Amino acid sequence: MNPTVIGPRTLEEALRALQDVTPDSRLLAGGTDLMVEIESGRTRPDAVIDLWRVKELRYLRDEQGGLRIGALSTCRDLLDSALARERADLLVLAADQVGAEQIKNRATLGGNLGTASPASDLGPVLFALDARVRLVSLRGARELSIDEFWTGYRATARASDELIESVFVPARTPGERRGFRKVGTRAAQSISKLVVAIVLRIDHGTLRGVRAGAGSIADKSLRLATLERELEGQRPDAATVERATRASALADARAIDDVRSSAAYRRRTLQRVMHTLIHELIEGAR
Amino acid sequence: MARAASRGGVLLSGEIDLSCNVNGVARKLRVPPLRRLLDVLRIDLGLTGSKEGCGEGECGACTVLVDGVALNSCIVPACQVEGSEITTIESKGLEDIQQAFLDHGGAQCGICTPGMIVMTRAWLEACERNRATPDLESARKALAGNLCRCTGYAKILASALAAVKR
Repeated sequence: MNPTVIGPRTLEEALRALQDVTPDSRLLAGGTDLMVEIESGRTRPDAVIDLWRVKELRYLRDEQGGLRIGALSTCRDLLDSALARERADLLVLAADQVGAEQIKNRATLGGNLGTASPASDLGPVLFALDARVRLVSLRGARELSIDEFWTGYRATARASDELIESVFVPARTPGERRGFRKVGTRAAQSISKLVVAIVLRIDHGTLRGVRAGAGSIADKSLRLATLERELEGQRPDAATVERATRASALADARAIDDVRSSAAYRRRTLQRVMHTLIHELIEGAR
Repeated sequence: MARAASRGGVLLSGEIDLSCNVNGVARKLRVPPLRRLLDVLRIDLGLTGSKEGCGEGECGACTVLVDGVALNSCIVPACQVEGSEITTIESKGLEDIQQAFLDHGGAQCGICTPGMIVMTRAWLEACERNRATPDLESARKALAGNLCRCTGYAKILASALAAVKR
């Protein structure tokens, strides 16, 4: 049974279409996830709203020194944008490793967030950058922190009549250092075993503004709250980094055994990869 | 279900009229909106050059260009290519790359070859557009989403690099 497909051309039409479908309907952006799910029969939506022609959702623009990214922007759009490379360098690094060229040409930021896969490559970066997600519906617009937005396994705070309009990446703090690592079986086209992202600066000899996210270590992309707390305001020495990353691997990770990795491997790798990354940022900041 | 879908834009249930240009030929056909572009090409239009490897966007055997952009046609729905220009392995203008693959043994069983050749074309165009040097590292990255289970890639990459000179 083929689902009904609605093809809005404007945001207004898309929001109206959302009013007319059941909660068992799906939003289609670039299709890199949903087409596979539908074709395999894993998802049988009542209706599909195809957003691809809603061009007003595909933009990148300056906002208060930060970057607002329309939900329909593809990974390729991010890579090709000088503004994105300057303002959201970590997100561009992550977008470059999402998959092969063919996937990057089609996979969208909004689709990645809407799918909310625990192995999302972009999610951890959005936590480290303190990104905000704008949701719109006919009732109005609201903007949530990424922490409020991403609620659980493939679950978000998006109501069934809302769609993700854009993501906002705040302006960079002076002196801020940013790092990203993806661990997978190969450089291109692999689902991640671990993704980490961290932002920090060194202010009068102490670590400040520490923000960190990770993926594939829990049922969702998440903030490494223990790591942030253990590093903030501390001296950037080896003992601090060792203690903080160990505590984070124990307290922040809710790793599982699955086909891609074991829980023990994920914890160990989180600790070692984050340890190396933080040392690199500290060295670079001196 | 869509009660008053006209309020939310075009309702595409059942079948849609699809107009697109494939390899320079204008095509009109009726298809279900979520029909895979790969099936439109292979079954509806009889263009069987594009291959189905994995069917889930992992292997690149079905790579085609849609408005110049390389995509896996197995995960692109028909409703998203309305009005588009589609280039497949059957297109004219790929002869030089094909000859380079012939000269350097870049094909073995042949299933991945159409995707490799179309992707090589996309890579060469991207290098020209960005004034980037089409070297081995760049070819490796561009072709990373095209899997081959026969050759071990050395001859494919040699073919792609030979295509630069042609």
